[in-house]
Amino acid sequence: MIYLLLFFEFFKIGLFAVGGGLATLPFIYDIADKYGWLSYSIIADMIAVAESTPGAIGVNIATYTGFIRAGILGSAVATIALVIPSTLIVIFAAKALDKYQANLTIQSIFSGLRPAATGLIAAAGYSVLKLSLYDEKAKAVAQMLRWKELILFVVLFALIWKFKKHPIIYIACAAAIGIILSL
Amino acid sequence: MKDLLEIVWSFIKIGTFTFGGGYAMLPLIQREVVDKKHWATMPEIMDYYSIGQCMPGIIAVNTAAFVGYKRKTALGAIAGVFGVVLPSFIIISVIAAGLENFSNIATVQHAFAGIRVAVGALILDAVIKLFKGSVKNIPSLVICFSAFLLSALFNTSPVWIVLSAALAGLFLFSPRKRKSE
Repeated sequence: MIYLLLFFEFFKIGLFAVGGGLATLPFIYDIADKYGWLSYSIIADMIAVAESTPGAIGVNIATYTGFIRAGILGSAVATIALVIPSTLIVIFAAKALDKYQANLTIQSIFSGLRPAATGLIAAAGYSVLKLSLYDEKAKAVAQMLRWKELILFVVLFALIWKFKKHPIIYIACAAAIGIILSL
Repeated sequence: MKDLLEIVWSFIKIGTFTFGGGYAMLPLIQREVVDKKHWATMPEIMDYYSIGQCMPGIIAVNTAAFVGYKRKTALGAIAGVFGVVLPSFIIISVIAAGLENFSNIATVQHAFAGIRVAVGALILDAVIKLFKGSVKNIPSLVICFSAFLLSALFNTSPVWIVLSAALAGLFLFSPRKRKSE
């Protein structure tokens, strides 16, 4: 029964993959080895699609796998199975958080977590910017920076800083500019 | 019911425009959930992110569940998760059904090169705000920079970074110490 298997496998991923979407990948490779549902090259395509479409990467991978195995119902089963464990865990964690928020020990833990979260988010920003502004394959120093992207970045950042409009506006404009300038 | 639908709709918007995983979602959450709807404060969102890192599951999904819970308890959490997942579900199903080699289409690649730049600029803007809110003294500055370096240069798993930061917080910012300050 393919739906039950999909449910079981993605429930397991939802329960054990700690640390975000890409942490699901080892499990996906495991599924490929075990059931032969996917080939490694399909997985590579899947990652490319998941990263170049909106949404959480882990959810995208689950939807994609479910779909190519068992159609739209399969993608629904895989996606729902993936999010059930974490939704339940968050509900319990949020309940506990409500109860102990005023606790001084919890507060000192959070004063350590917040600067770390800032550092982690900065690191995510760094890797996105490195990917888009820096050309690894460049032969000369002058070509190492992607100038068009760099100018777009400076202009966008200035606009975001000054006008504080909804992020959706900047994302949509940047997509249009990317197409127009063939970035 | 109206409140739940509002949560679903907000997270549909957030899910539709989150390109590049959980962290890229932060500027959208900040705008939609913190500034516009006042469902949670920015420090609370930071807490959800850090806790969400150490828990199983997708960070974007965990954060949506936390925000939903804050607003409308368990049903709110389910509404948040449903909203944030729905756009990916629809878009990926369409792509899987018909668009072969979607990510090789030139127009798609150009659009994403542009979007990545915008996501980088939005994250930088968010980081500056977060830095002001979370780094208040030398120990927190050290924690922030270590987390950045470990993650950016050494690819350390966020799980370890968050757990060490929690320990550091426990020892460096103990209640007794805070009182004497």
